[in-house]
Amino acid sequence: MLGYIVRRLLSTIPVLGVVALIVFLLLHFAPGDPAAIMAGDSATPAQLAEIRQRLGLDKPVFVQFFYWLDQLRQGNFGTSLHSNKPVAEMIAARVGPTLSLAVTTMTFSILVAIPLGVYAAWARGRLSDRLVMTLAVLGFSTPVFVTGYMLIYLLSLKAGWFPVQGFASLASDPIRFARTITLPTLALSTVYIALIARISRSSVLEILGEDFIRTARAKGVPERSVFLRHALRNAAVPIITVIGSGAAFLIGGVVVAESVFNIPGLGRLVVESVLARDYPLIQSLILLLSVIYIGINLVIDLLYTLFDPRIRY
Amino acid sequence: MQKVQDLPGKAPAAARSRPRSRDWPVRVACAFLVFILIVAVVGPFLTSGDPLHINAANRIKPPSAEHLFGTDAMGRDVFARVIYGARTSIIVGFVAALASLLLGLAVGLLAGYFPLADATIMRVMDGIMSIPSIVLAVALVAITGANLGTVLIAIIVPEFPRVVRLVRGVILSLRSEPYVEAAISLATPTWRILFRHMLPNTLAPLIVQGSFVLASAILTEAALSFLGVGLPPEIPSWGNIMAEGRTYFQLRPGLIFFPGIFLALTVLSINLIGDALRDRFDPKLEKRH
Repeated sequence: MLGYIVRRLLSTIPVLGVVALIVFLLLHFAPGDPAAIMAGDSATPAQLAEIRQRLGLDKPVFVQFFYWLDQLRQGNFGTSLHSNKPVAEMIAARVGPTLSLAVTTMTFSILVAIPLGVYAAWARGRLSDRLVMTLAVLGFSTPVFVTGYMLIYLLSLKAGWFPVQGFASLASDPIRFARTITLPTLALSTVYIALIARISRSSVLEILGEDFIRTARAKGVPERSVFLRHALRNAAVPIITVIGSGAAFLIGGVVVAESVFNIPGLGRLVVESVLARDYPLIQSLILLLSVIYIGINLVIDLLYTLFDPRIRY
Repeated sequence: MQKVQDLPGKAPAAARSRPRSRDWPVRVACAFLVFILIVAVVGPFLTSGDPLHINAANRIKPPSAEHLFGTDAMGRDVFARVIYGARTSIIVGFVAALASLLLGLAVGLLAGYFPLADATIMRVMDGIMSIPSIVLAVALVAITGANLGTVLIAIIVPEFPRVVRLVRGVILSLRSEPYVEAAISLATPTWRILFRHMLPNTLAPLIVQGSFVLASAILTEAALSFLGVGLPPEIPSWGNIMAEGRTYFQLRPGLIFFPGIFLALTVLSINLIGDALRDRFDPKLEKRH
């Protein structure tokens, strides 16, 4: 087990390396000379050369890449071209809202989607099953911003239950936090719920065809138990896999949802940095979000053994 | 969705109300998609409105007989814009999806058939797939600047590795098929093995995957345009119309809802058709992600 964890951790290193290389090259070939941007319009060629040398821009690409990696290792993510603040500081200031939104969305989605999927599997072929599954397809066909604005229209503008936009942190104002986080959570959850519910239904159905289910039924295990103990437990691996791969939708969704609901999180920072062409900031944000995504899937891989004792490495 | 017939145990209503009657959502989806395609092609003839005609005296009007969906902040006819937007969104979606499939097919054939190329290609694909696709698309546009070509690239790059993975999987499993081994031992040229014996087998999964790639491409374009980093505002696309509608949303929710509903229904139709295709071609094919 420990050996597996170590091997799995090591296996993320090449992926991280490739991601870092992609992100580096992406920005390396971006138009515009970072030195010229930093120096301003009135810089002399000598000043430019000095900045280039200081940033290592006069070195070969390959050397620059490893220099950049080394800087990252030391926790130096560079300086924003726009605000001149350290990128790490700007990102740290935005983590809170995004983290809250991600946690509420994940929790809510899992709590709703798995029972929904198991129910649909139980009601297989009936009208309620088809309804749930059609809604699920509708769920991941509707972009977050359309769902978001529908919710704002119905629950904020018409019903007046929630503020239209904005955010307050849990620590500063728990009630306002709950009121502001509800709609973005609902909007983000639809896609996620749809994905998880669909996979829950189909994996439970697949397990229901196994011999041990017939055995369980034959020995008189109550149907409830057949579904929850025997089928769902064995269907756990595909379900948690999709929770992991769905995190990509969640991260993409956060970018959009934060714009819709005016939440000052990382997603908004991504859009702001792109509109401002703040390359060091963009670079760090893509890298950070990718590392988070890789991390989530790493944790999920490790969870497999917990949910399915048959898996031994 | 899941096939029901071979599952033992309780088979509730399913057995009674089977096959044809449950096909209707797919039929409606096909009909709607055909409708949208027609709108995209002949759209300009359906509306007398000019999607670019600015009329300052006629700003953000509610829907009326003259302007079915009302007017936007510059007094432009929203109905005309949604119709023209269909053309943009559909063309961008189809071109991006087709390019992703072709690129994915080519790279997937390479990776699947040539073990030497495989490791490198798949590491790069893993890397691209580890970057959340919207984030990658947004970043690509940031670097290259938003225009039609760069938006297409921004949609294709995050999308095609999934196709590569699919094609590679098919090719790998085909390599050990007796007929392929026979072809190899008969010194059949490699290109012939690839194109004659292997390519046709990738077709069914590609068509299924293609529908999901198409849905995803249309959504990505809309999201990019909505965030203001997509197509330039002078090209009406569903995402652009919504982006411009945000400011006046409280006053005229239709500015977002009309294009939004068209977008959601189009993607829904494509996904429903994709599900049906998957059930038909290969019920065991991996369920979307």
